[in-house]
Amino acid sequence: MNRLPLPPNEPGAARTKNADALMTEDPPTSSPPLLQVRDLRTSFHTPHGDITAVAGVSFDVAYGETLGIVGESGCGKSVTALSIMRLVPNPPGVIESGEVLFEGADLLKFSDKEMEAVRGDGIGMIFQEPMSSLNPVLSIGRQITEPLEVHLGLKGNRARSRAAELLDMVGIADSRRRLDDYPHMLSGGQRQRVMIAIALSCEPKLLIADEATTALDVTIQAQILELMKNLTSQLGTALVIITHNLGIIARYADRLNVMYAGMIRESGTAEQVYMTPAHPYTIGLLNSVPRLDRPASDRFDPIPGEIPDPGNLPSGCAFRPRCRWATGRCEGTEPVLEPFGDRQKVACFESGAVARSSQVAWT
Amino acid sequence: MTASTALQESWSKLGKFAPTLPEPLLSVRDLNVHFPIRRGFVIQREVARVRAVDGISFDIRPGETLGLVGESGSGKTTAAKAVIQLSKPRSGSIKFEGQELVGLSTSAMRSVRRKMGMVFQDPYGSLNPRMRAGDIVGEPLKVHGLATSRDDYRSQIASLLSIVGLAPAMAERYPNEFSGGQRQRLGVARAIAAKPSLLILDEAVSALDVSIQAQILNLLQDLQEQYDLAYLFIAHDLSVVRHIADRVAVMYMGRIVETANSADLYTRPLHPYTQALLSAIPTPNPIHERSRERIILKGDLPSPLAPPSGCRFHTRCPIATDVCSMTVPELRSLAPDQRAACLLAPGYAESAI
Ligand SMILES: Nc1ncnc2c1ncn2[C@@H]1O[C@H](COP(=O)(O)OP(=O)(O)OP(=O)(O)O)[C@@H](O)[C@H]1O
Ligand SMILES: Nc1ncnc2c1ncn2[C@@H]1O[C@H](COP(=O)(O)OP(=O)(O)OP(=O)(O)O)[C@@H](O)[C@H]1O
Ligand code: SF4
Ligand SMILES: [Mg+2]
Ligand SMILES: [Mg+2]
Repeated sequence: MNRLPLPPNEPGAARTKNADALMTEDPPTSSPPLLQVRDLRTSFHTPHGDITAVAGVSFDVAYGETLGIVGESGCGKSVTALSIMRLVPNPPGVIESGEVLFEGADLLKFSDKEMEAVRGDGIGMIFQEPMSSLNPVLSIGRQITEPLEVHLGLKGNRARSRAAELLDMVGIADSRRRLDDYPHMLSGGQRQRVMIAIALSCEPKLLIADEATTALDVTIQAQILELMKNLTSQLGTALVIITHNLGIIARYADRLNVMYAGMIRESGTAEQVYMTPAHPYTIGLLNSVPRLDRPASDRFDPIPGEIPDPGNLPSGCAFRPRCRWATGRCEGTEPVLEPFGDRQKVACFESGAVARSSQVAWT
Repeated sequence: MTASTALQESWSKLGKFAPTLPEPLLSVRDLNVHFPIRRGFVIQREVARVRAVDGISFDIRPGETLGLVGESGSGKTTAAKAVIQLSKPRSGSIKFEGQELVGLSTSAMRSVRRKMGMVFQDPYGSLNPRMRAGDIVGEPLKVHGLATSRDDYRSQIASLLSIVGLAPAMAERYPNEFSGGQRQRLGVARAIAAKPSLLILDEAVSALDVSIQAQILNLLQDLQEQYDLAYLFIAHDLSVVRHIADRVAVMYMGRIVETANSADLYTRPLHPYTQALLSAIPTPNPIHERSRERIILKGDLPSPLAPPSGCRFHTRCPIATDVCSMTVPELRSLAPDQRAACLLAPGYAESAI
């Protein structure tokens, strides 16, 4: 196992250092990234027609880094994660093409059995709805010890002790006794802690958290996110945070992908994307969120129009009907994600003009 | 910065004051709404009770927005339902335009209800799927007899739809043909149909995507200006509330722990819970976020069936002392138009209620 050395225990310091390194240095060319997603396409064949939920998505996740995926509902965030895990419901879903290289091996070519092993100790996932992902008729202890037995070969009391340790680690007091509790006896926040314990139980190299805190109250959300960030940075686990909350990404992610209608429209370091956004959709999103770090202005400057129907996308750039910068070219051809400046990528024909005006607006 | 030095800083901004307030449109005093938990087959015995709303008071003046915030289960919806008499208060007073609503007959309440519109959280569940959009919007016109003829009914619907930014031709469609944001516009159109003076918006924008949420918030601000509407705006997202509310009341486990005008609440929160709530919200600014210390509360929300003694926040409060578990703090005036229920807040001991 080529684990990264453990970063320092202090989460803030670790993160800042990480971000600096990413901005100034080139990524190490010797070892490939932990995860490489290449031109991933996933569709759903429904009675009402075909929906291309993920329409050619490519991105990397480096060992130990935190990647954010943002975008509004239906843009394909969850389907991207489910495709990586090979958990897309079939039918109606089909992974049409692409590669998902995890430590160099293409998961899309794995047998179901090999995939089971990856899900246990290679990639952990936390879902939005803790109640639906915990089994209501099994005790918490049973649900934590199961992966320990299957993947690490821990049995009986040793598995139970490890399970109690894991509960301690996620901040559930009186952990030995709580192992016998059932999911309904826990609060929403506690259930999400248990999910984190299970997802991290076999020390995966990658943890995918899909809206893991969205259903929780803000103060509990803050607790859980800090916990997740601290644990993954202690263990050297790479983290993919999927959320529609731009604030969460700003706080926790080193880099981010902004998705719209099945495609990544902009990616880069958090600093780049938030400070010099170059895609009109990114700017629209940033102008739509109420933010406590700025004076309360009277009005928002929202993106006009509606999120398009995924089964009936506009021609050319899917954002075109809502875009202030759109020209004739945007109607005929679909823009692809191209490098923009240093480490930023943008899928927009007008990105140069957009970035210039966004800099004016943001400074 | 530790939680207590952050509080010290916030508290140090307190000044001198002399309150003067205009007549309220809605005035709620000592409102209590409890839900008994019953067990037993033949004879149902009350085994416990949830004090969902436990002695709250607030005012809303004409044309003003009061933001009501707090965690899940803090009693926001229950309080709103009591105002329109959908949940029955155990005690307390609710005065609307000077008229007492508690104990009012159903028929008398119906004419009051015309002046109160309500928009709910769920843009999917709150509209009757078998009614056309036009009739959904026009329903209050029928109920209160506000249309003089069939033509008048149709033209009122058309103008309501265009006020909320929908094409009048959409009146013929059914709710499932609308997007989430459009459905919420329909909900707003129906709520203002009978020309109310108060709109109750219970998590009305919470389920919407940010770009659509911003559109609806703008619409609400325009409507308020144009029609001098007062809003009771319920949300758990303090950053949304800041944009729309003139004053804010923060609830915790059935009680209001702080109420103030927006500007003061956000720059100088006096209650430790308000401060933790504000601190927990991440802002979309990576540089600011990474340098910022946050107050992370410990522990879970207590069970509503067994609320903590004394100050209900004491189990999670970063600055609580022994006295906090023994004495129930009152909501006291600590600054102009700012009241807080914290035993340790500056001036608490000296001030009257
Ligand atoms: N089981 C399914 N059957 C048919 N279509 C589906 C299915 N799952 C997802 N889709 C469609 O795929 C698209 C992408 O969905 P996805 O769940 O990835 O969105 P998302 O970005 O995660 O949104 P949200 O923020 O609402 O979770 C949507 O148009 C959705 O309707
Ligand atoms: N009909 C009912 N019977 C029993 N308990 C109830 C009932 N309605 C609400 N409660 C309880 O009263 C408390 C307050 O609920 P309420 O719905 O008012 O909270 P809220 O602040 O609106 O929360 P949310 O943000 O989740 O909507 C909760 O503990 C809830 O479980
Ligand atoms: S009264 Fe005590 S416990 Fe309650 S908020 Fe104030 S300091 Fe905290
Ligand atoms: Mg999703
Ligand atoms: Mg509610």
